[in-house]
Amino acid sequence: METPQLIFSIVLIVVIFLISLVVAMYSTYAERKVAAFFQDRIGPNRAGPWGILQPLADGGKMFLKEEIIPTNATGFLFIVGPSLAILTACIGSAVIPWGSAIQIGGHTFDLQVTDINVGILYIFGVVSLGVYGIMIGGWASNNKYSLLGAIRAASQNISYEISMGLSIIALLMLTGTLSLKEIAEQQHSWHWNVIRQPLGFLLFLVCAFAETNRSPFDLPECETELVGGYHTEYSSMKLGFYLFAEYINMFISSAVMATLYWGGYNYPGMDWVAAHTGPTVAPIIGVVVLFAKIFFSIFFFMWVRWTIPRFRYDQLMDLGWKILIPLAIANIVLTGVGSTLLTHFGY
Amino acid sequence: MEPLSNKRKVLEVKPLNFLERAYLPAIVGGLSTTMKHFFKKPVTISYPEEKREFSENFRGMHSLKRDEEGRERCTACGLCALSCPAEAITMTAAERQKGEEHLYREEKYAAVYEINMLRCIFCGLCEEACPKEAIYLDGDIVPADYLRKDFIYGKDKLVEAPLNQ
Repeated sequence: METPQLIFSIVLIVVIFLISLVVAMYSTYAERKVAAFFQDRIGPNRAGPWGILQPLADGGKMFLKEEIIPTNATGFLFIVGPSLAILTACIGSAVIPWGSAIQIGGHTFDLQVTDINVGILYIFGVVSLGVYGIMIGGWASNNKYSLLGAIRAASQNISYEISMGLSIIALLMLTGTLSLKEIAEQQHSWHWNVIRQPLGFLLFLVCAFAETNRSPFDLPECETELVGGYHTEYSSMKLGFYLFAEYINMFISSAVMATLYWGGYNYPGMDWVAAHTGPTVAPIIGVVVLFAKIFFSIFFFMWVRWTIPRFRYDQLMDLGWKILIPLAIANIVLTGVGSTLLTHFGY
Repeated sequence: MEPLSNKRKVLEVKPLNFLERAYLPAIVGGLSTTMKHFFKKPVTISYPEEKREFSENFRGMHSLKRDEEGRERCTACGLCALSCPAEAITMTAAERQKGEEHLYREEKYAAVYEINMLRCIFCGLCEEACPKEAIYLDGDIVPADYLRKDFIYGKDKLVEAPLNQ
């Protein structure tokens, strides 16, 4: 790797890390504001103008809270749990292509930290690791509510990973590659995958809700049944890490969803824009477009959270195993038959 | 069994059809309902800065009135304290001295007049009992405070501002 590209990559890593943290931070604020608007309220408005300093105040409060490690908790694992949760949440962003190649001062840089050719598998690996953070934390707390919450999270994630994987397979049959960069490039202009894979997108969306433990699938932290769920025993910044990991996960899965199905940094008319703005500005516009898609997706996560009530646990399992998996398999068959026929008749 | 009234309504529970079982139409309906609320005007009144309009007969904080010449009307008869069901009012009477005619209307006045706002139930019986039209509950909401002793309001907080100010 040449020196300029190396420096650019390091800068990009730092920038993306900071962006994920800031987005996650302001997602907590946005969540409260959006919830307020949906309920005809105003929401936090005391810290700074319109309450925009609220996340800082919340963070400061989290840091100043007393750090409690219960006597009967497994000390080491109790700390490993939240660390693992936030680590796995943060490393997912490494393979996401944030924009097409950008030209600065005669050099061409990729707006992607690393383009591994099994990008989707990497994302899946990281997502599956995420459940360890919850599981270890719940186990190490030595509290039956925490353990029940952790078990719920684990079984829910495992169940929904299957249908998520199956829904991706149908997409991969069309793209023919596992590299996220190539998938993004294939969706040039308006050729977004959601047009070719509407059912696959729907399945992926539902699974993404379940994987991020968001409502209506937020059973791991079901207050009425499990006190606080897997983080009942956690306090201070260790609790903050768990809550923060949820929002980073939401950001990353929104980015993955935008890249896989909603064309990533592509938008209709991008060739015209690229011809008129040059190779430095056009990729930046692409990045802005991608972030607009991500933010809408995060908004959609919140919109659903404040609309749909939580599923019962057996309904959740029913939906995962008896509906989503058969639908995903049917989608694979339909995609296979459809693409074979289309190739045969020469489209 | 014969119905006792004609209000009985037989409910027919049909099994859900395919669209209803598929959840999605209902979910889309729910999402559109919440979206309507997203653009509605918030019903919140940001209290200390904004205040809801009170009705005409709202009973708030007490004020001890003055007459047309700016003299305190209260003559410390104690009827308000007697009528108070919460026993929130205490007072100490004093005799008006020479040269104080511009301050107090009658020969007797309340040197100390205290209302414990934590005891007061804002019933308005003191207002009704007063023969001199000296006390009215026409003020604002009693503000919050940290200490119980700060809720015992003396004359400094209760008496109306002098006329010429």
